[in-house]
Amino acid sequence: MSDAASPMLEIRHISKRFGELSAVNNVSLTINKGEIFALLGGSGCGKTTLLRMMSGFETPSEGSLLIDGEDVSKVPPYQRPVNMMFQSYALFPHLTVAQNVAFGLKQDKLSKAQVQAQVDAMLKLVHMTDYAKRKPNQLSGGQRQRVALARSLAKQPKVLLLDEPMAALDKKLRSQMQLELVDIVESVGVTCVMVTHDQEEAMTMANRVGVMHEGEIMQVGSPSEIYEFPNSRHTAEFIGSVNIFSTKVLHVGAEASQMSCADMACRLTVEGGVNALEGAQLEVAIRPEKITMARTRPEQEDNWVQGKIHDIAYLGGHSVYHIKLPSGMIVMVTTTNINRHAQRLTWEDDVYLYWSAASAVVLYQ
Amino acid sequence: MSKLGARSLIAVPYIWLVLFFLVPFIIVVKISFTEMQYAIPPYTDIVTWADEALTINLNIGNYYYLFTDDLYFWAYISSVRIAFIATICTLLVGYPIAYAIARADSATRNALLMLVMLPSWTSFLIRIYAWVGILKNNGLINNALISVGLIDQPVPMLNTEFAVYVGIVYAYLPFMILPIYANLVKLDNSLLEAAADLGSPPWKTFLKVTLPLSKAGIIAGCMLVFIPSVGEFVIPEMLGGAETLMIGKVLWQEFFNNRDWPVASAVAVIMLLLLLLPITLFQRYQSRQLEA
Ligand SMILES: Nc1ncnc2c1ncn2[C@@H]1O[C@H](COP(=O)(O)OP(=O)(O)OP(=O)(O)O)[C@@H](O)[C@H]1O
Ligand SMILES: [Mg+2]
Repeated sequence: MSDAASPMLEIRHISKRFGELSAVNNVSLTINKGEIFALLGGSGCGKTTLLRMMSGFETPSEGSLLIDGEDVSKVPPYQRPVNMMFQSYALFPHLTVAQNVAFGLKQDKLSKAQVQAQVDAMLKLVHMTDYAKRKPNQLSGGQRQRVALARSLAKQPKVLLLDEPMAALDKKLRSQMQLELVDIVESVGVTCVMVTHDQEEAMTMANRVGVMHEGEIMQVGSPSEIYEFPNSRHTAEFIGSVNIFSTKVLHVGAEASQMSCADMACRLTVEGGVNALEGAQLEVAIRPEKITMARTRPEQEDNWVQGKIHDIAYLGGHSVYHIKLPSGMIVMVTTTNINRHAQRLTWEDDVYLYWSAASAVVLYQ
Repeated sequence: MSKLGARSLIAVPYIWLVLFFLVPFIIVVKISFTEMQYAIPPYTDIVTWADEALTINLNIGNYYYLFTDDLYFWAYISSVRIAFIATICTLLVGYPIAYAIARADSATRNALLMLVMLPSWTSFLIRIYAWVGILKNNGLINNALISVGLIDQPVPMLNTEFAVYVGIVYAYLPFMILPIYANLVKLDNSLLEAAADLGSPPWKTFLKVTLPLSKAGIIAGCMLVFIPSVGEFVIPEMLGGAETLMIGKVLWQEFFNNRDWPVASAVAVIMLLLLLLPITLFQRYQSRQLEA
C-alpha cells in the first residue's frame, strides 16, 4: 500500500461475449499498486471470465486493459507481466516442487545460480523448503496451494491473479490459509486480484471488494463500505443477511427523511436526505445486528415494530431470531450471547424491535 | 457362487492364452529340438520307444545352425532395424494426428477417430496390395509425377525398403494414434495455460509439458508398432525387394520353401526371445508408472 493513488491495473469498458451470452458487460475498474482486490459474485456472474481477460486467456470483445500504464489487450499470456494461481493449482505432475517453481524462471534469461536462489527464496517464503524434491502427487492440498503460490510469485509479477484460491481446501485450513496468504502477498508487495464467491473470504483478505452480478460490477468499496453502505438490493442481500422494508417517501429533509411502510405501525426514519421525490417507492435495508429486541415498547417514536418470536437459531457466540410481524413479514435479529445464564426470550414471546435512524440504508437499485 | 463366477471370468483370458498361445508355442519349441525328415510330419520324434529302450533325442543342431550361417544373424538385425525406423516414422506421422484429434471439439473428435479406425475394417492383404498399384513404376504416384512434368522417368519405389516403410507406417498407424490420443485427451488444459502464464511460448510448452506427459502413450504406441513389425511377413513380401531381409520372410522360406520345420521353429523361438526384452522393459516402465 505504498502509494495508494497510483493505478497498476486499469480496465476500461471491457466486455466479453460468448455468442449470444454476454459474460462480462462494460466493466471499468482501477486497481491500485499493492492492493488486494477481490471480485465477489455468485456462480456464473463472469468473475473467472474477467480474471482470464487480465491473464490473457480470453480476449475482450470490447474495451482495453492497461497494466502499469501499458495497453496489454493484444499481448499473449506468456508475455504479460501477470501470473495466475489456478483454482486446480495446475502444478506440473511430472516435475518436482522445485522444478515447478523454477519453470517460469527458466523462461527468462537467468543463470542457473539465479534460478536456484529465487527458487530457494520462494520455497522459504511459503515454508516448503523441505519438500523441494517431492512430486505434486506426494503433497497435501494445502501444500500444493503453497507450491502454486510460490510458482506464481517466483517471476515477481506486477499483478498476481488468484482464481478461487481456497476452493480446494477444507474449511479449517481455509481460514488459516486466508490469513497466511495475505501475509505472504503483503510481504512481497505484489498487486493482487482474487476471485471468490465466498463473501467472508473476500472480506477477510481484500482491501477492496468489487461485487459482480450478471457480468457487471455493482459496487466497489472497502469491505466495511460494502457491508454498511450497500447501494443495491443485490449487494445488500449477497453480503451478509439483511431485512428489507418496502416504503413510500413521506418527507425528504436535510437532517432526516421519513417514509411509511405497510409492515410497520409507525414511520420509518432515515438519516439525511434521500434521492427521491415524495411519494416515490424506496427500499430500505437494516442489518439484523443493528436491531435491538426488547419486551417493552421503546421510547422512540419512529423505527420500531412489534411481533412474535417465530424461530430461534442458537449459534453459540450469537443467536438469530426470526420475528413475525402482524403483516406476515419476517424480520431477522441477531443478539450476542454475552451472559451465560441470561433469561433468554423464547418462542411465541411478544417482542418490540427498534433501531436508530443511522442504521437504515436506502437502496436505489 | 459369485466368487466362482468371478474366478471363471478371470480364467477365460488365461484359458485362451494357454490354448492358443502356450500350447502352440510349446509345440514350436518341441519341433525346434527335432531333426528334419522327408515324411509327414516332416520332423523326427523327440521321444522314441524301440527295443524296450526309451530314447530321448534332443537336437540342438538347429540353434547351432542359426549361429553358423550369418544369414539369420543379419535377418534379425535387419528386421529390428527396419522395425525401429518404421516405428520412428509411424510416431512422427501418428503423434501430430493424435494431437489434432485430441484438440478437436468432441463432435469432430469422434468422426476423426472413426476415420482412423475405418480402414482396419477391410482386409489387411487388400490394403497392402493396393499400395503395389500406388507405388509401382506405372502406378498412381509415378504417373501423376510424370504427367505434371516433375520427372520423365518413373522413380522405382516398389520393391525397395522405402516401400516397406510406407507399408508399415500405413498399416500400423492406428496402433500408434490410439494410445497417444487416449493419453493426450486426458491432458488437463489448465497445465498448458499455466505454462503459458509462466512465460512459455506454445512450442516450448509442447516440449516441456505436453510431450513428457504423453510419454506413456508414446511408449505404448511404439511397442504396439515395433513388436509386430519385427516379425512382419506380408509387407516385406509384397512391397519389399529381394534385398529386403526380414526374419518373417526367412521364416516363411524355411517353413514352406525348404520345408525345414525344425530350423524354422528355432528361428521363431529366437525371435520371440528377442522380443521379450522390449516387452519386459515396457512392462517394468508401466508398473513404475502405476506406483508413482
Ligand atoms: N468458453 C466459454 N464459452 C461459452 N460460455 C462461457 C465460456 N466461459 C464462460 N462462459 C459463460 O460465461 C458466464 C460467466 O462465466 P464465468 O466462468 O466467468 O463465471 P464465474 O463468475 O467464474 O462463475 P463460478 O463462480 O461458477 O466460477 C457463464 O454463463 C458461463 O457459462
Ligand atoms: Mg469461476
